[in-house]
Amino acid sequence: MFKLEPRPTPSTTLMLASPLVALAITVVIGVLLFIALGKDPLAGLQMFFVEPLNSSYALSELSVKATPLILIGLGLAVCFRANIWNIGAEGQFIMGAVFAGGVAMRATPESSSAIWLLVLLAGAVGGMLWAAIVALLRDRFNASEILVSLMLVYVADMVLSYLVYGPWKDPQGYNFPQTITFLEMTRVPKLMTGLRMNVGVGFAALAVLILTVFMARTHAGFQLQVGGLAPAAARYAGFSSRRALWTGLLLSGGMAGLAGGLDAAGPQGQLTPYIPLGYGFGAIIVAFVGRLNPVGIVFSAVLMSMFYIGGELAQSRLGLPKALTGVFQGLLLFALLACDTFIHQRLRWVTSK
Amino acid sequence: MTGLTADSLALLIAATLNAGTVVALAALGLLINERAGVLNLGAEGMMLVAAIAGYATCVHTGSDTLGFAAGALAGAGMAMVFGVLVIWLNTNQYASGLALSLFGAGLSAFVGISYTQQRLPERAHFDIPFLSDLPFVGPAFFKHHPLVYAAVALTLGLSRFLMKSRAGLVLRAVGESPESAHALGYAVRRIRLAAVMMGGALCGLAGAYISLVYTPLWVEGMVAGKGWIALALTTFATWRPARVLLGAYLFGGVTMLQFQLQGQGVQIPSQWLTMLPYLSTIVVLVLISRNPTWIRINMPASLGKPFHPGT
Repeated sequence: MFKLEPRPTPSTTLMLASPLVALAITVVIGVLLFIALGKDPLAGLQMFFVEPLNSSYALSELSVKATPLILIGLGLAVCFRANIWNIGAEGQFIMGAVFAGGVAMRATPESSSAIWLLVLLAGAVGGMLWAAIVALLRDRFNASEILVSLMLVYVADMVLSYLVYGPWKDPQGYNFPQTITFLEMTRVPKLMTGLRMNVGVGFAALAVLILTVFMARTHAGFQLQVGGLAPAAARYAGFSSRRALWTGLLLSGGMAGLAGGLDAAGPQGQLTPYIPLGYGFGAIIVAFVGRLNPVGIVFSAVLMSMFYIGGELAQSRLGLPKALTGVFQGLLLFALLACDTFIHQRLRWVTSK
Repeated sequence: MTGLTADSLALLIAATLNAGTVVALAALGLLINERAGVLNLGAEGMMLVAAIAGYATCVHTGSDTLGFAAGALAGAGMAMVFGVLVIWLNTNQYASGLALSLFGAGLSAFVGISYTQQRLPERAHFDIPFLSDLPFVGPAFFKHHPLVYAAVALTLGLSRFLMKSRAGLVLRAVGESPESAHALGYAVRRIRLAAVMMGGALCGLAGAYISLVYTPLWVEGMVAGKGWIALALTTFATWRPARVLLGAYLFGGVTMLQFQLQGQGVQIPSQWLTMLPYLSTIVVLVLISRNPTWIRINMPASLGKPFHPGT
């Protein structure tokens, strides 16, 4: 029979290969699924892996989806490395959009042309405050951050819904649940005319840089990671687990909030009940597939965005439900977790006991 | 605000038991696998997949029984995948459970899209002869789906099983100290897998209850966090079946309070009322977690930790 045994040293080849193997497994299952549904698998592959990349329009759309995924994924990676399980980024994203929208709605034609920066700042603050609730309850009362952060997703969703159906509803909006369209100067500047790609891409790139340095080169980043890997060692070294908790949650909440602000003041341009697009959950997969590494997260966010766009194309062209994206995302994470076991372990054939 | 009439109070009690049963079934299942030392964050995903599996089966066969069976099987099947990953491949339990939840949300939405327009056959009414005719107690307690009573029986049975039976003792030993259980010759990993699948089956039953009885239709994401609330409930109940049931009814009461208040014309936007169950879950979590020692004493000692035999 086969037996799993620990490797003397982790396999570095597999550490890099495992996401690719996981992707290959997902693709194989996807092809089988397309065949089972009677759809052309080659057309499917093209929708997921070629079309999201083959024009400037496609790349711009890819950036619109990848930007929030990168921002949220980076924040979550810091959390997960510190063994803090913030899985409510979706709620922090929503509150970011709400705060950003709140500022954007107050702009008048006389406002400064740089007010969009204030809008984004409000977004980051909104996400941070929402995550601070989680940190506070964990810190003061020991309440599970997993469950609290998740419950707050539903609460945030209801706050948004209350606002757009109630006090923030556009009086001229024919009673649709939506706010006014934000004024032009509150909108995130676009990089090229005619394309939706905006300066958010720059924020994402900057964040990758900053977090790479933070994780690999700073003492605070080191403390955070030791706390996750070996809590006892961290305690012995006098690293504060409370500080790690607050840093991780405020950082990831702020990043998710910024992503929410970028989305509300970017492609959306107003608040509607359809602001939550699942980026907060998708980013969990992004963080893991990217090995909780800032550069890896860029690649996995691009991949995940291709899944989103492929899913939309499969819906419009083949009549398949858009939820296909979620199926593939889940499969990818499963496959990755399974493949990852073989980094630290190997299979060996044992004849008999 | 008008006072509660006896009739509306009876209906409120009935609705509370109905809503509580959903969470109770799921939480009792999760309690089994947590007692064996495995934390499955995939409850929400299993319930969603079970909800659509049960719904689809009932639409095609017209049989509720087959629908519930399909739900339980779907839950157990998903739990098996999770179990093999975390028990044999030693993957991280948090990450794997999350993967299960995300995958379940996607899969159920994908499969369910063709069922949003399909209707279930006529829903049956359940009246216990004679008892259901009693004033007040009849409509409050004796007009429920059989699973409502089954959940109570399951609670009592599970309490007895865990505390009074040999098999229950083994299950707890596996959760408290897998090394000792292994040394005594128990197949720790197989017992854990069985517990995980049992948990999945009960979550599946709860999911099917949602789509077949609680809100008899299919809507994407219709479990609406009840899987997560069930997870919170096991902690709240410090892993005791009777407290799980009590907590579930409490949750059911809070859920139903919103409809009661709306029905009475209380001027609160519906969104604030919809938040109530989630907010109260947070409040309860805070209250119960305040004392870390209390949790640590009651929590199965190996919860969430992988077990490697022979190391």
